[in-house]
Amino acid sequence: MRILRAATVTATVTALAAAASGCGGGTSPGGGGSNDSPKTLTYWASNQGPNVEADKKILGPELKKFERRTGIKVKLEVIPWPDLLNRILAATTSGQGPDVLNIGNTWSASLQATGALLPWDKRNLDEIGGRDRFVAPALGATGAAGKDPAAVPLYSLTYALYYNKQMFKEAGISEPPATWDELVADGKKISKDGTWGLGAEGGQLTNNIHQAFALGKQHGADFFDAAGKPTFTSDGAVAAVKQYVDFMAKDQIIAPGNAEYGQNQSLRDFAKGRTAMVLWQAAATTFAADGMKPDDWGVVPVPVPSGTPGTGRQINSMLAGINIAVFKNTHNLDGARKFVKFMTSDAEQKLLNKTYGSVPPVKAAQQDPAFNRQDTKVLRETLTRSAAPLPQVADEAQFETSVGTAIKDLFADAAAGHPVTTESVRARLTKAEQQMAK
Amino acid sequence: MASTAHRPPRTAVRRRSPTAPPRSFRWIRRIFLTALTGFVLLPVYVMLSSSLKPLEDVSGTFHWLPSELTIRPYLDIWRTVPLARYFTNSLIVAGSATLCSVLIAIFAAYAVSRYRFRGKRVFTLTVLSTQMFPGILFLLPLFLIYVNIGNSTGVALYGSRGGLILTYLTFSLPFSIWMLAGYFASVPRELDEAAYVDGCGPLGALFRVVVPAALPGIVAVAVYAFMTAWGEVLFASVMTNDTTRTLSVGLQGYATQNDVYWNQVMAASLVVSVPVVAGFLLLQRYLVAGLTAGAVK
Amino acid sequence: MTTTTTTAREQAPPGRGGRPGGKAPATRRRVLLPARLRRAGLPYLLLLPALLLELLVHLVPMVIGIVMSFKELTQLTIGNWDAAPWKALGNYRVTVDLDAPVGAALLHSFLVTCAFSVLAVGLCWLIGTAAAIFLQDNFRGRGLLRALFLTPYALPIYAAVITWAFMFQRDNGLVNHVLHDQLHLTDGRPFWLLGDNSFVALLVVAVWKTWPFAFLVVTAALQSIPKDLYEAAALDGAGLVRQIRRITLPSLRPVNQVLVLVLFLWTFNDFNTPYVLFGKAAPEAADLLSLHIYQSSFVTWNFGTGSAMSVLLLLFLLVVTAGYLLATSRGRKHADG
Repeated sequence: MRILRAATVTATVTALAAAASGCGGGTSPGGGGSNDSPKTLTYWASNQGPNVEADKKILGPELKKFERRTGIKVKLEVIPWPDLLNRILAATTSGQGPDVLNIGNTWSASLQATGALLPWDKRNLDEIGGRDRFVAPALGATGAAGKDPAAVPLYSLTYALYYNKQMFKEAGISEPPATWDELVADGKKISKDGTWGLGAEGGQLTNNIHQAFALGKQHGADFFDAAGKPTFTSDGAVAAVKQYVDFMAKDQIIAPGNAEYGQNQSLRDFAKGRTAMVLWQAAATTFAADGMKPDDWGVVPVPVPSGTPGTGRQINSMLAGINIAVFKNTHNLDGARKFVKFMTSDAEQKLLNKTYGSVPPVKAAQQDPAFNRQDTKVLRETLTRSAAPLPQVADEAQFETSVGTAIKDLFADAAAGHPVTTESVRARLTKAEQQMAK
Repeated sequence: MASTAHRPPRTAVRRRSPTAPPRSFRWIRRIFLTALTGFVLLPVYVMLSSSLKPLEDVSGTFHWLPSELTIRPYLDIWRTVPLARYFTNSLIVAGSATLCSVLIAIFAAYAVSRYRFRGKRVFTLTVLSTQMFPGILFLLPLFLIYVNIGNSTGVALYGSRGGLILTYLTFSLPFSIWMLAGYFASVPRELDEAAYVDGCGPLGALFRVVVPAALPGIVAVAVYAFMTAWGEVLFASVMTNDTTRTLSVGLQGYATQNDVYWNQVMAASLVVSVPVVAGFLLLQRYLVAGLTAGAVK
Repeated sequence: MTTTTTTAREQAPPGRGGRPGGKAPATRRRVLLPARLRRAGLPYLLLLPALLLELLVHLVPMVIGIVMSFKELTQLTIGNWDAAPWKALGNYRVTVDLDAPVGAALLHSFLVTCAFSVLAVGLCWLIGTAAAIFLQDNFRGRGLLRALFLTPYALPIYAAVITWAFMFQRDNGLVNHVLHDQLHLTDGRPFWLLGDNSFVALLVVAVWKTWPFAFLVVTAALQSIPKDLYEAAALDGAGLVRQIRRITLPSLRPVNQVLVLVLFLWTFNDFNTPYVLFGKAAPEAADLLSLHIYQSSFVTWNFGTGSAMSVLLLLFLLVVTAGYLLATSRGRKHADG
């Protein structure tokens, strides 16, 4: 009797469930948006400035400018990084999202696979001035190879080596390092009495990935093969990861405490003179906020084995950046395209990249003198000469999580004084690779 | 600190009351309670002292006392993150969720405690079993349901405070119903009967007699519902947007892309804690009383 | 709601057994059928709001969640999820295959969670009960202490846990300052949020946050034990320990039954604490199931597998709860009926 009743309840619930979800997910497959509400746009911006409020102040006047020109009102929402991917996921699943949104360029292929973003085919690209306006590496980080880009580059960044001039002078070092051997040697000279050679963010998965990726290129290793299968345990990949962790484990030029850094504490250590070098994307504004004068630090390209950055094995940075994408379900397709055109226009590119300390992926905008300062010049040259995008595969998020965690764990081992060997690195990476397998 | 200052001789204790605790017990009690107080208050002290430190102090080695006292963090917190708005949102969401949850729980608990009906066992078991649902399992489906309701009826649940209120009030319902049912059962039925004699219907009896008699229990349930809604992180992070974001999620804004402002984090934590803790402590008497007659039965 | 109230009041015949409970004599029922029918419907009407909400927020989503666990839901299919391909038991096969990394990691996480829950519940209960018994007698400062002890429970979870995270920082946290700089108990500065220590850190935070609830419930329960029981025992010469063992603990049994269960379910499903303490990727030693599942589904966008894991978790909790209730209530069955 009771079982019967329970069965009835279950049946009712199931029926209700079917009814509630009946109309199903949102993204109409193959649908391409509409122009139902031509007067408004919703824009999800990622958090680029010091905080969300600062971003609103920076973007507000520009959006007004756009409204004056086109009559389209843009509703801005700045989304903090921890929430951004979940919000995009929610939008993708439900089909209810913004019209235009910012995405981390490493997510391009992942999000492209969902089919929720408008593909930038030739016609769409021509509407914003064509492919050739952008530097090639930046376009390489907009989706899987051989497919139309899922987004357009907006702000670009690369890594550079920041160093403390005073600390270098005190240690008797005249030239900043150009090779890893020099970096290790210099770091050892500096690492004593509570000061350290290099800073790291061992607890930050993405940063770990970025460093390991660039080192991987120098060892001739990609983390994925041409078919998109993970190859985390190749000799090159293992060597790259070990080299990075060894800065703490073997060379001891990274303070053990950096193993748990995950919120950019290494930047403050640098600004306060506790570490002499840090590998970072664009740190000028943070240094200033922590009270370090621009004259106190110098910046050079990230070291490479040969001393001269270039392509192939001389790549010294992953290509970081933010892309701007149009949500396929937009109700204002024309407006969205106009908005992307506006945001990638020379004038806006100059202004916004200048404010955020990034480098414009638009060639013409790079001519501005603001991108010729000591730091931006290095970043800009790295962008055009020696940067490569992270693997554009759909499983990129899993890659970051699994390998990033492996490196985090290795740092924890090193900090605790456990030996880090080729075998232990390979074991961690094997585990990471197995987690990728479906 | 805990026990009385003067210590009467053992014989005197015996004579005064047969249940007075022996000396050894009082020593154990003193040590235990002192240690426990330290454990409980340690984070509160850290929160308070760090919130009054300049940024240099909190990024270097920990020190018990600030090198200099500053109220800057308290001024800065409003600029780094729209704290006031998050606070209002949390207040609205948690407040409404509590109100609705208590009202609905009163109805349900009354039915469970006063009536015999078919399916009562199934109902109570089902409701209680929802306590063991992993939130992670129904987060995405619930989100989809809200979106679909929004699409088909135009009632925006996703991204609105309403959706969050609905979610949170349901979170606290099972425990509230169960507790109130216990409490109502302890209210003598003669009171209901008297109300009927006075011409009340069942609901009249509920609101004129049972609810006032069960007030401590209701306060206890309300506090529980409020706390549940006030601290939730997972659902709030997916279901809110910039305008409806609640404190528990919004506080994460102090750990930005560039830096963690520990002193601001602590100052903001303190600011958002004070009203809740104060309210909670004011109501704690009811809480104990409410539980005594309710859950404990 | 207001309309319901008035109509229901009109329907009820004044003075004639509104039939609360089953105690009133049945012969008094001298009312017409429609009214009776409506009255029979009253309890259902009262339950309706609660039932509808439970359906909307808990039950239906859970059924959908179960359906999802049989589908292949990755970023390739999530955009149109009800058209996603069926995978039958594929997701479950992956999650329970203990030789494969996914299953092994899940098992590890499961064991960590079990150890964590058992320890956390045990400690919470122990501290809570001890504190409640110690605060049973009236002495100066008792009210203040009781209020203080409830503070951790009253603090918003995020504020409390982030403070602990700050205290556990290796270089600028309080814990290492005390252990290493002041007491010189450790050689180097240990990590608390990385490696094996993270389990201890998580446990401390969870206990700190949850024990006041046990304290609150036990305090309430102690107040309903008649004082004369103790007095009688004392006159018989029973010492304090005996009083606690013979009177206090047995009287607490029914409360403990529910308290321990509720604490267990809450700690087992706890997401907020590890998430705020460790972020999206917890160290292996503190890899609680809820966070593990979050990582397997939300971070890597693999909702089919994530749902399958959740369903297994739910089944486990159902079995444990049922077993627990059966085992603990056997002794008191005659009392409950």
